[in-house]
Amino acid sequence: MIEQHLPVLIVVVPLIAAPLCVFLFNRTLVYLFALATCWATFGMSLFLLAKVLESGPFSYELGNWPVPYGIEYVVDYFSAFVMSFVSGIGAVVLTYAPKSLNDEIDPSRHYLVHPMYLLCLTGMLGICITGDLFNVFVFLEISSLSSYALISLGRSRRAPLAAFQYLVMGTIGATFLLIGIGLLYQLTGTLNMVDMAQQLADDHGSRTMLVAFAFVTVGLCIKMAVFPLHTWLPNAYTYAPSVVTAFIAATATKVSVYAFVRIVYDIFTPQFAFDVHGLDLFLTVFSLIGIFVASAAAIYQGNLKRLLAYSSIAQVGYMLLGVSMNNQDGLTGGIVHMFNHAIIKGGLFLVVGCFALRLHSVRLEDLRGAAKTMPLTAFAWVLGGLGLIGVPLTAGFISKWLLLTAALDNGFYLVAGLMLISSLLAVVYVWRVVEILYFSEPADAVESAREAPWSMLIPTYLLIVGILVFGIWTSYSVGVASQAASALLGGAP
Amino acid sequence: MDINSLAGLFNYWIVIVLMMTGFYIVIARGNLIKTVIGLNIFQISVFLLYITMGRVDQGTAPIIQEAAQADQAYSNPLSSVLILTAIVVGVATTALALALIVRIREDYGSIEEDEILILDRES
Repeated sequence: MIEQHLPVLIVVVPLIAAPLCVFLFNRTLVYLFALATCWATFGMSLFLLAKVLESGPFSYELGNWPVPYGIEYVVDYFSAFVMSFVSGIGAVVLTYAPKSLNDEIDPSRHYLVHPMYLLCLTGMLGICITGDLFNVFVFLEISSLSSYALISLGRSRRAPLAAFQYLVMGTIGATFLLIGIGLLYQLTGTLNMVDMAQQLADDHGSRTMLVAFAFVTVGLCIKMAVFPLHTWLPNAYTYAPSVVTAFIAATATKVSVYAFVRIVYDIFTPQFAFDVHGLDLFLTVFSLIGIFVASAAAIYQGNLKRLLAYSSIAQVGYMLLGVSMNNQDGLTGGIVHMFNHAIIKGGLFLVVGCFALRLHSVRLEDLRGAAKTMPLTAFAWVLGGLGLIGVPLTAGFISKWLLLTAALDNGFYLVAGLMLISSLLAVVYVWRVVEILYFSEPADAVESAREAPWSMLIPTYLLIVGILVFGIWTSYSVGVASQAASALLGGAP
Repeated sequence: MDINSLAGLFNYWIVIVLMMTGFYIVIARGNLIKTVIGLNIFQISVFLLYITMGRVDQGTAPIIQEAAQADQAYSNPLSSVLILTAIVVGVATTALALALIVRIREDYGSIEEDEILILDRES
């Protein structure tokens, strides 16, 4: 009975749990409640994914209002796949959180962190599951507003400023999306994505459709942090509390990429976006510039969090390269990279959180020789870094290999070559940190540091081992992603 | 384009003017409060766009009345309903932005972006 309502429960449960957290004044109780909610959400997403894999996509009509009048929630390969890793990372990061939060946020504010965290999760799951375009905007704002609040909780005084700058950019992006949605509604008189796509198919690309397309694309590019609209990201990731950074860095940009792919492939159709208006060329060029500029910037950073933030901008470039190829292999590669990068970057930011807890700094010069006193944490960095570079037997290799073969099959030899060269830049910035961790004389603070606590190391290694597991066992990640990709491409005429 | 069609699009002209005004303020002003005001103007232009598109020629308020003629047209209420949600989002954004500005002022003693950046560079 309750099973058939799972598509809506996965959004409603964290949404209701969030305000309840505020009323539970006991700190431990709030944490346990939020943790239980996160794992329950993860469980539900796995159940939905299993159901989709077993019996194909299905949809849920909110309040029994028939489509297209009511809001429809769609569970298909793509949405179930993205929801499963977003909620999974949400649960693992929250398991890791208490010690790190105690250290970085004033305990009197803890009861505010967990509701925000749950709201952020709600928003992201909502974006994934909804089949209603206006709902996408609402959920995007729910997750964005709560992430601004979470970022502003950072210890440094720069955190509120970073959150404010993100708020300004994010609001402009969301408002652009709103304008685009409004124009599409004006054109079609419907907000249901499937219905809208059918109506637009007869429209043959009027100017209104083109303007809506432009607004939606630019708005989501801000949210995805595509070069050159990425300026909000480094500060926001650097000054946020470690736990928040790990959660947001692993999920937020991926969910925006998801929304972008959904809208471009399902509503505008690749034919309109890529063949008629040449979005693929723009995306390819800006992704490649972004990959090189951001990777080069990452090499010169003295702050570990900022280094990873720039690397995130570069990785979004790989996802969009896959999306812009507009074929089965490329799109599969892009979608798998969303998943792989989520666990890699989530794992690496959790490693950074361990260093921040023990050394109270994430500046590279303060981490010198940390491998001697914190060997397990340092080793986790090495494994995660290998994944980031894309060394064989790690998850990063799988997605980069798929992207590379897709580029070669399409005859984009230049793109393929540039991708290989850009991976070398990743080697440089990962190795630079490894060298500092393993081959430098320990600083005084490092000499007296202890290994990170098990309550943090275990969740970290859960993600880090995940990188190795999904580098060898690919039937889950690549298998589901390729089904998602063929569904997206099959929907196009 | 004659004068009638220009005047008929009056609302849309206002939307464009407000949108560009707000956007320019966000880009050009360094004062954080003014940035928030710019964002608000920018968002309000979109509210107006939505409300305008709900209007149906010769349409009345979308409430069915006994005395109405059979061919009575009604305005589309959905776009107004949608924008109610967006107004709430806008209020929440403004509230959060102002709260952040209060904290920035507590920490830096200034709400001018260039002064804050100088303070950051010195520290």
